[in-house]
Amino acid sequence: MASLRLEGLTKRFGNVVAVNGLSLAVDDGGFIALLGPSGCGKTTTLLMIAGIYRPTAGKIYFDDVLMNDVAPKDRYVGLVFQSYALYPHMTVFQNIAFPLRLAKRSREEIERKVKEVAALTKIEKLLARRPGQLSGGQQQRVALCRALVKEPEILLLDEPLSNLDARLRIETRAEIKRLQRELGITTILVTHDQVEAMTMAERIAVMHDGVLQQYDPPGVLYDRPKNLFVASFIGDPPMNLVPVRVLEQGGRLILSADGFQFSLGEELREGLSPLVGQEVVLGLRPEDLLLSREERPEGIPGEVFLTEPLGGGILVHFAFGEVKLRVLAPREQPVEVGDRLWIVPQGEKVHVFGPDGRSLREADAAA
Amino acid sequence: MGTSRYRPGSLVRQQRKQKALKAGMYTFLVLASLPIIVGYLWLIVGAFSGNFVFGFVPQGFTLENWSFLWKPPSPAWPNIWRTVLNTFILAFGVTAVVVVVSTLGAYVISRMQFPGRSLILASTLILHAFPAITLLIALYYILRILGLLDTLIGVILVRAGLMVPFSIWVMKGFFDDVPWDIEMSALVDGATRFQTFWRVMLPLVGPGIAAIAIFAFMSGWAEFIFLVTFVRSPDAWTLTSYINAIIGNYRFTNYGLLAAVSLFYMVPVLLFFLFTQKFLMRVTVGGLKGGR
Repeated sequence: MASLRLEGLTKRFGNVVAVNGLSLAVDDGGFIALLGPSGCGKTTTLLMIAGIYRPTAGKIYFDDVLMNDVAPKDRYVGLVFQSYALYPHMTVFQNIAFPLRLAKRSREEIERKVKEVAALTKIEKLLARRPGQLSGGQQQRVALCRALVKEPEILLLDEPLSNLDARLRIETRAEIKRLQRELGITTILVTHDQVEAMTMAERIAVMHDGVLQQYDPPGVLYDRPKNLFVASFIGDPPMNLVPVRVLEQGGRLILSADGFQFSLGEELREGLSPLVGQEVVLGLRPEDLLLSREERPEGIPGEVFLTEPLGGGILVHFAFGEVKLRVLAPREQPVEVGDRLWIVPQGEKVHVFGPDGRSLREADAAA
Repeated sequence: MGTSRYRPGSLVRQQRKQKALKAGMYTFLVLASLPIIVGYLWLIVGAFSGNFVFGFVPQGFTLENWSFLWKPPSPAWPNIWRTVLNTFILAFGVTAVVVVVSTLGAYVISRMQFPGRSLILASTLILHAFPAITLLIALYYILRILGLLDTLIGVILVRAGLMVPFSIWVMKGFFDDVPWDIEMSALVDGATRFQTFWRVMLPLVGPGIAAIAIFAFMSGWAEFIFLVTFVRSPDAWTLTSYINAIIGNYRFTNYGLLAAVSLFYMVPVLLFFLFTQKFLMRVTVGGLKGGR
């Protein structure tokens, strides 16, 4: 297995900058995800690691060896495409055996390795078929086998689950994670699905418009998003983002919008003081807000205008003039449309993003 | 509710109208294709007829017309089997050159970026629209300089050269249809660019190769104008030269012989077509879901 390091990796297509100055490192045997909306440059990054695209600038190291000019066939990477990219004219066996045949392995070795890897993903019975005769999930396994059979140093997965149906996706997710653990292959997963990234990867690199936004373990991304983009991208249901103005009232800092007022604790005071009179964005996760029937001094009074039962809980919608808030309430809490309730934020779980979109918490942490 | 919108009388009238329309269409199509059918019938009947009323209405039955198979009708003419061999050499020669050149060319044009790519693309289209006959004199001089006048190789190169632009266009379409992912996948799996082309791309464009091969074969088999212009010696004759000689060298055209040789000339093409048709129909694209 190999470690991976990217330094200032940049790729331009004509005038379009697909990836811009991406730097990150993956430990030997690590499992990371490149997460971002479509067009953020994650697949381009993957193809540069595989050697299909040549970087416009920057460096790619495997095990501290510069790989920029190394041909794909000499990089020992396994790549699973979103489309699976199976060879339609070959049987499943031939598809999986293809990398080994190119490497001129003996017939017996090929036979043995293909069977081994097929057993790993339970597709032994499909070896004689052609890709056209397989379901999406089966094709996906074949593609995974083909990537694994040559015992790659680095495994690259490009949206491997997005063509599967919801149920199969959950199963395959767990299976890939298990395989990665067992085989200990350094793995990079490209996905636009935050759940996939959060559940599978040890660290997630969130990308937006070709720029790395944050590279942290899933928990840190969730608890301490560095900027508005990460905050809005991570979390389901998404974080409430309320544009507010910072006001000072009787020595206290207040975040205010039309029909909505929120007074802050001491925690963010230092970061917010210079911003009095300016617009900032208040971020509140729906699951970090409590609902109370009794009046609470730190609470925000509001009226329920819509409820969405989610099975495990209820998503409660409040409206304050222009401002709308979603709150995830436990199932046991009876909430009806028209109820007047107090929304109570948990002090340490309040996010405020400055005019430049950066989290003020991070500013505190940095200072 | 009371009245239904479905009125049996009107529905029956509709169906009758459709039947009448269909009958009309069939009648038209049969009449329109009659000249072709009559032409072929004349050919088949004429090939086995002894004499022709008014010079062209066949009468009687004989195998005399087929004697060309073992004895040249004129001492100046070559053995028919030599001519058949030449025809095959020409047709397969054209096919081989066209398939090799246009498959390689189309792959490069479809997949690689290089200066002048769009110019080449545009010029292939213009070349295809170019009437070959206008090149006759220039080609005559070129072939003479190259020493290829009066040889089959010269005709093969000319015919293939004229087929290549069209074939490149066809093949480019087939290559364009193969997803990039498949090619990238092969590269990552450890293939060189050439191995990718040979082991992954070529099998996937098989139907395209079959299509251009059939067109090239047909055009080589039917080649006429360059043959009669560039090839004089009977040793290099093909079946088209032979038929041309039947029409041109007798004072009275021997229709029986003409029909027999023409029929003989058609048979391999029919067989070839029957044999290759299934390659044209076989499309091996599957297992390609999603893609970008």
